[in-house]
Formats: sequence, C-alpha cells, structure tokens
Amino acid sequence: MQSLYFLIPLSLGVIGAALWLLFWAVKNGQYDDLNSEAERILFEEDDRAGRP
Amino acid sequence: MSNSAERLAATGCYHCGLPLPGGPPIEFVIGERTRQFCCIGCQAVASAIVSGGLASFYQFRSADSGRPEQRPAGDADLAVWDMAELADDYLQHHPDGSVSASLAVDGITCAACNWLIEKHLGDCAGVVAVAVNGTTHRATLRWQPAQQAFSTLLKELRAIGYQATPLSPFARDTTSDKPLKDMLLRLGVAGLAMMQAGMVAIALYAGGYQDIDPHWQQLLRWLSWVLVTPVVFYSAVPFYRAAWRALRLGQLVMDLPVSLAIALAYSASCYATLRGGGEVYYDSVSMFCFFLLLGRYIEARLRYRNLLALYSADELLPPTALRVDDSGAEQSVTLRQLVRGDRLRIYPGQAIPCDGRVIEGSGSVEEALLTGEAAPQSKRVGDSVSAGTINGDNPLLIELSAVGQQTQLAAILRIAEQAAADKPAWVARADRLAGRFVAAVLLCASAVMLYWSLWAADPSLQHGFWVALSVLVVTCPCALSLATPTALAVAAGELRRDGLLVTNRHCLERLAAVNKVVFDKTGTLTAGRLTVVASEPLAAAAPLAPLAIAAALEQGSRHPVAVALSAAAGQPPLAVSEQQFSAGAGVIGRVAGARYGLGRADWLAAEFTLDAPPLAAGTALTSQVWLAGEPGWLARFELADQLRQSAPGAVAALRGDGQQLAVLSGDPSAQAALLLAPLAIADSQFGLRPDQKLTALRRAQQSGEVVAMVGDGINDVPVLRCADVSIAMGRAADVTQLAADALLLGDDLGALPRALRLARRTRAVIGQNIGWALGYNLLALPLAAAGMVPPWAAAIGMSSSSLIVLLNALRLKRGNRNG
Repeated sequence: MQSLYFLIPLSLGVIGAALWLLFWAVKNGQYDDLNSEAERILFEEDDRAGRP
Repeated sequence: MSNSAERLAATGCYHCGLPLPGGPPIEFVIGERTRQFCCIGCQAVASAIVSGGLASFYQFRSADSGRPEQRPAGDADLAVWDMAELADDYLQHHPDGSVSASLAVDGITCAACNWLIEKHLGDCAGVVAVAVNGTTHRATLRWQPAQQAFSTLLKELRAIGYQATPLSPFARDTTSDKPLKDMLLRLGVAGLAMMQAGMVAIALYAGGYQDIDPHWQQLLRWLSWVLVTPVVFYSAVPFYRAAWRALRLGQLVMDLPVSLAIALAYSASCYATLRGGGEVYYDSVSMFCFFLLLGRYIEARLRYRNLLALYSADELLPPTALRVDDSGAEQSVTLRQLVRGDRLRIYPGQAIPCDGRVIEGSGSVEEALLTGEAAPQSKRVGDSVSAGTINGDNPLLIELSAVGQQTQLAAILRIAEQAAADKPAWVARADRLAGRFVAAVLLCASAVMLYWSLWAADPSLQHGFWVALSVLVVTCPCALSLATPTALAVAAGELRRDGLLVTNRHCLERLAAVNKVVFDKTGTLTAGRLTVVASEPLAAAAPLAPLAIAAALEQGSRHPVAVALSAAAGQPPLAVSEQQFSAGAGVIGRVAGARYGLGRADWLAAEFTLDAPPLAAGTALTSQVWLAGEPGWLARFELADQLRQSAPGAVAALRGDGQQLAVLSGDPSAQAALLLAPLAIADSQFGLRPDQKLTALRRAQQSGEVVAMVGDGINDVPVLRCADVSIAMGRAADVTQLAADALLLGDDLGALPRALRLARRTRAVIGQNIGWALGYNLLALPLAAAGMVPPWAAAIGMSSSSLIVLLNALRLKRGNRNG
C-alpha cells in the first residue's frame, strides 16, 4: 500500500498534463474545424507547374 | 483522387455537376481534356481557377462545386466595401498597419474549397494571412490595405466561385464560438475529474466492505477532494449564475436545486473529510456536473450551428445608397447619413432604402415583399415608392420623403411589435414543473431533517443532516433537468437536416399543439415567381430563336417577366443595344442589328405600326407578352406563377394529419384564387392588408385554435409575430426571418408536415422523460428519507436514470421512426 504515496502524485501529474493539453487545444483552435483538416495533407503544397 | 474527379464530372457540368443544357457546348480545356460546362459562369470560374495554377482543385475535391450566381450588374456592388465609414465597423486594425475581416463564405462544399480559397487569396498582393474554416464556412482574411483594396479581394473570391460577405460586428459577436469553447473546457474538466473520482470512489466503497484502514480511507478522501474541487468551483459556475439570476427575478428554475445539490453535497463531503467521519459524495457531485454540462453542451452546439446557418452569406449586405449631389455625381453613403430631400439613384435590382417620390425615370417596382401582390407596379415621375421594395428595370432617381421610423416599412414593423406583445403566453412545461419540484424537494428535505433530529428513536441533528442530504442527492434533478433539453436538441437537429431551421428553442413544444396551418400565398404555396409556361411562334422560321431574342431584350432587368424569360432561354443572352424600357408596357432594343420589341400587344402594335396580333386563347391564370420585330409579330409567351411542386403533397399530408388549413394572402388578383384552386383550401382570403391579416389570425386564436403561420413577405411580419408558431421561407426578407420561430430552407414544403409529426413525437418523448424522472425520484425519495440509500446506490441510480433519459431522446433520430 505504500506505493500509493508514489502512484497518487503520479496520477495527479498525468491529470494535470491532460488538463493542460485540453486547455491548450481548445484555446489554440484545434477543435474549430474537424471536417477539413484531415484532408489537408492530401493537397499538394505547391503544384504550380502549369502556371502561366 | 483523380478517380473521384472523373466520377464527379462524368455527366453534367464539370464545375457544378448540373445537367448540361442543349445547344452550342460551352467548353474549356483543362490539362489535355476539353471539359463541358452548363453556363458561362461555371466556365469563367473554372478558367480563373486553372489560370491561377490551381487546376488540381478538381482532383482534390470530393463534392461538386456550387453554381456561381449570374450577375448582370457585374461586381460594382462590391465597391461599397471600400467606403471608410463601413471599414471602421467591419475591419479590425492591427499595429503593423494591416487590417483583418471575418467573412461568411457561401459555396464551400468540401475540404478542397478551403485549399483553393487559401491558395488563391494567399497569392494576391498584400495578403498577409488567410484561414478558412470548412465547418463554419467562415474565413479570416488579413491584408495590407495600402497594397490591396478590400473589394478586389472579394472580387477575386467571386471569380473562383465563392460569395463572401464581411460580417458586421453584431454578426461577429452573435456567432462567436467563445461561449462554446468555454463550455467545452468546463465539460472537459468535469469529465476528467469524474473518471478519476469514480475510480477512487470504487476503492472507497470496496474498502468500506473490507474494513479499509482509516488512514488510507482518509488519504483517498483527500485525493477525491483535490479532484472534485475544480469541478465545483469552475465547471459548475454557470449553474450558480443562472440560479442566482432567476432568484433575483423571483423565479424558481431547475438550476436552483442543481446548485443546491452541488453545494450541499460538496460541503457535506468536505465536512466529513475534515472530521474523518460520515459519508463523502465527491463522485456523485462530479458525475452530476458532467452529465448536466454534457446535455447543455450538446444543446448549445446545436444552437450555434443554427445561428451560423441564419447568418449565411447573402443576408448581411450593409445598408447603403447612392446619393446624387447637385453636380449629378453619385456617391455611396450609409443609410444613417441620409436626410429628407436627398436624391438617390436606384439601379435595377436594387432595393429602395427609404420612402420617396420618383423625380426622374420610370419603371416597374416589385412590391411583393411589402404588399404580397405578385405583379410589379409601374412607377412614373411623381409616384411614390416605399422602403423595402425592389426596382425592376430602369434606373430611377428618387427624392427622399421619409427615413427610418417614418417609413411605411417601419410602420408595419410597429404593428409587428404590437402583435408580439399580444402573443399567447407559452411557458415551457419543464420550467413550470421545475418551480413546483424545487419547492417540493426543499420542503421534503427540511421535513426529513426535522424528523430525524427531533422525533426519531435516537434524535440527533447530525443524523438528520445526513439523511436530508441523501434526500437531496437522490432526488437530484439530473434526469428531470435533462428530460426536455435533450429531446428538443435531438429534434431540432433532425429538423435542420430535413430543411427546417429552428431559431426559437421553445417553438417545438408549441408546434406539437398546432391544429391550424395558415399560409400566405406568394412565395409559400406558390413559387412566388413567374415561369414561361407556353411559347407560341407567330412567324415562320426566324433566323434567331424568339426566346433568345426576348431574353436578350430583357437582360439586366429584375422584372419577373425578364427573370422568367432568361431562365427559360438558359443560354447566356445575346448582345443588345439601344435597350429602352417603358414602364408598364415593355422594352425595345436592337439584337444582331435588327430592332425588336417585347411587351404588351397594343403598345407594340403602336410602336411597330402593326395590326392587332392573332387572338390568343390564354387562360385567366397566365399573363402574356408578345415579341415583335420590324417584319411583324414573332412570338407570344405565356407566363404564370406556379404552385410549388411540393405544395399539393404537403397540403394533403397536413390534411391527413387532421390540421385545418387556411390562406391569408395580400394579393388581390383573381389569378391568385385560381392558382390555389387545385389545393381546395376552403378558408382562403385574398387582398388583405397586414392589419386585416392580423385580425383574421386573432379571430382564429380566440376561437381556441393554435396557429402555425407560414409566410415570406414583409407584410406577413405582424401575423408571424402574433402566430403561435411562425415559419418563414428561407428566401424571405431579413425582417421576416427575424420575426419567425423557424425557417424553411430549400423548396420542399413537405418538411412542414414532417416537422409537425416530429414535434408531436418530441412532445411524447419529453412526456416519457419527465414521467420517468419524476417516477424515479418518487420511488427513491421514501427510501432516502428512511435513511436506507447508501451514497453508491444514490450515484448509480442517478446516473442510470440520466442515461435512460438521454437514450430515450435519441430515439427521435432518423431511422428510429417507429418510436
């Protein structure tokens, strides 16, 4: 049972990290557009060969 | 990806996917292949995209693009956005000299649209940053105003097929996603805490049976305290605020017992933790908060998406006018700057912003929105025109006689305000229940506490307190407070998918009680616009098709006849010169070198010195126009407003459901009655003024009918405000939409009977939910009052009853029609 003295602070640390991540993600707009970002990788970055 | 592009464009227009019209093909070479287009607009957009080096858009996209709007007037309207007065309102200035604007973008169909817009605008000179949100269809644009005019950027967007409108500060605030993000954070904190506190609670309950060492028990209680404290002081704050706000107004709302349960359960747990005895309810507190916040978050997100749809691109045009000064120069000004006596130039297709008198020019003015009368009125010098009407064909110069509050439009809106005040009062069932429930629970808890502290076998204040607390937690109104909002949220989401946008949350409950549906005629049961129903050639083998000539003559005009003819012609119009409109008569012009006229037969006979045209067997339902040229009569066209395709089906379905039907129309013409004859709606009145419509509606309400009004004109605003439920067409004027509880998007009137049925099912589900939640509470209450419910049982009972309520609401979703 003594291990709880180590495990409880550890779990609190993990929760703290999760909360920090959540706040960062929401404030940074990571959840703003869940539809189109996933497809963005499919579009080539610069394909201007045919450009006049 | 290229397979999908081939599949998308296999038939129909390469850009928008609509079927190709017959006649000469409209083509453009992309890569090595020649592509076909349905109209010159789509071709122009494709050419703009390809010449920008962005042809791979057509490989990337996973949905057809929208068809660009035809704009005979060109892009001149965009120049408004370069005006300094507007810029201050609509643009945000940054320290580095750049400015940014939020845009509502129409026409985004898939993720490739984001890419195309960001690439294309990103290449324009002076643009610092572009970000497009494909979910909300909003874009943020930041650029250096010294290098690039705002209107040019909007023009660039239009060139690649997207309509963008800058958001006013009001629209920006109203559709801000800040409150939603805030709720998500509170929900996230509660969710994380709930999971952790739940795990610790299992250890504590299990420990309770296996004689846990008090030392460890205490440690776990403190751990729960650490986890749950942020929930109570951060996540649950909205409940306290709402409860306090209502208390100050003297109302008992569901948030009050919610707040009390949270505060009491938490304080009692803290007390137990500090003293090292009693029971702790940390897990119940966090779970309670989480479920309630989840329900509210789902509801808020739905309302947010409805708001976004409401503030779609073309609704947000800034009110401006072209003022003509003494030297004859035109200047764009905002409506606030106008005063009586100003002279304004109104071009065809523009709305007239204020009441006035025509001092130059003549033409037809569409007053359908104001009066409900379908036929345009001809206006000559000296005639008065009203705010909210639309100039049809010739440019007009008008002198202002009234602005703002003195206009006819404002007068109608005042009637509407009056009507809204007289609207039958509806109190949501849950709110009414909440007040009584709160009072009952508080009374009961106090009684239990008194009993256990004074009269029980072994009276003690402390024991009384714990039992009273378990009463509060067990009866915690989680399920009850979720019962209504979840069902309403699911139903409103379903309706939006079906084409009915609910803008007032409570209208669903009222919709379920409706037993009479009243229609305005123009634009609801009928399409509200003319279509060519017949064309009869009067001359043999003309070099040009009569319809093409007619469309060419009428180009640039917003007159309903012109719109109908150009829609029927389909093709981009031929070039026309010396075009001359005569109000109430017709138009004359030169097409391919020859002089032609289109309009009333007697007027054309005089202009071209012809005999009267061959007698036509037109019906009373249609209006007719003739086409004549130098050699003689060329053709006769019959035009008519038509019933919406979905109208007979919708009317039959409503009737089948036992709804009474009525028509209150502002249109006095005999055509109106004939047109509606196939629907056989006995209770039809025509030629009504807005106040007469209101009287008719009130009479129905006084005889006990619950009325849903479907309308689209400004003349309908008073009745819409007074009806129990008001539904506006998606194309209706802004003021009309704002007055309505719901908007019918698209053309399908069939959404109406479906909505009424769904509303009734929603009412049934809400009834079941409330019944279940109350039943559960009534069952649990005596057990808790007897001191027989341990905390873990209270927690399980509470969350399972909440889950049952949620699942029951989800039955309203599509595909579960049998419930």
